[in-house]
Amino acid sequence: MRHGTTGARRTYFAVYAALVALTVITVLVSYVHLGMMNVVVALLIASGKASLVALFFMHLKEESRLVWGFALVPIFFLTLIILGTLSDTLLR
Amino acid sequence: MSAPQDGHNDPAVAFEAAKLGVWTFLATEVLLFGALFTAYTVYRAKFPELFQAEHLKLNRILGTLNTVVLLTSSLTVVLGVDAIRRGKARLLQLYYGATVLLGGAFLCVKYIEWTEEFHHGLFPDTNIFFSLYFMMTGLHGIHVFLGMCVLTYVVVLAGRGRLSADYTTPVEMSGLYWHFVDLVWIYLLPLLYLIG
Repeated sequence: MRHGTTGARRTYFAVYAALVALTVITVLVSYVHLGMMNVVVALLIASGKASLVALFFMHLKEESRLVWGFALVPIFFLTLIILGTLSDTLLR
Repeated sequence: MSAPQDGHNDPAVAFEAAKLGVWTFLATEVLLFGALFTAYTVYRAKFPELFQAEHLKLNRILGTLNTVVLLTSSLTVVLGVDAIRRGKARLLQLYYGATVLLGGAFLCVKYIEWTEEFHHGLFPDTNIFFSLYFMMTGLHGIHVFLGMCVLTYVVVLAGRGRLSADYTTPVEMSGLYWHFVDLVWIYLLPLLYLIG
C-alpha cells in the first residue's frame, strides 16, 4: 500500500483509539492488586500495544519476509541476553 | 561517464535498501535499550520489595498523560507519511510539525516529573530503582529530542520542495525511528510506573 487511501487513514485512527484504550486499561488494572498477575497483565497489554504500532504504524503488516526478519532477529537476541543473564544471576 | 548500472539507480530498490538500513539501525537500538531492560530485570528479580516500594513514588498520572502524548505523536507521524504518499507536502509539514510540538510537550512533562522527584530527594544515586529510572527515561528523552531534530529537518526538506509522492524516503525513514521511540516508551510505562 504505497499510496495513502481513506481506508488506511480510518485504520490509523482505529489503531490509535485501541492504543489509548489499552493504556487506560493497563493503568486502571495497576490499581488492582493481583500479585504476580499484575506484571503478566501489564506486559501482555504492552506487547499488544507494541504489536499494533509495529504492524500498522510501522507498516510491518505490508512488509516482505526480509523486513520481518530484520524486525524479529533483534527481539530474539534480546530474549537470549535477558534469559542468559538471568540464568547466571538467579542461580549463582 | 555513465552512472554505474546497479540496482540503486532504481528508486524502488533504493527505497527498500534505505528501509533495511533503518531496520538494522533499530536492531542496534533494541540492544542499546536492551542492556538497560536486562539490568532492570536482574535487579527487579533481586530486590522485588524495593522496586514495589519505590515505584509508588513516581507520578503515575503524568506518566500516563505522557503515554497518550507520545501515542498521539505516532498517529500524526503516520498521517504525515500518508499525506506525502498522496503528494501533499503542505499537509505533511503540518503533521510533522505537530509531532515535533508533541515531542516537546512530552519533554516538558518529563522535566516537570524530574523536578518533582529532585525536590523529593530522589536522585540517580538514591537507589537501584531510581538509577534505572533516570537512566532509562533519560536515554529515551535523548531519543525523543533527536527525533524532533530529524522530523524538523524533514519539514525543511518539504519546504524546499524536495519531497513528493515519488520520493517519500526521508518521511518514511524518520517515521520508523519515531515509532520505535514510541515502542520503547510503551514498555517503560508499565515497567517503571505501573509494576515497579
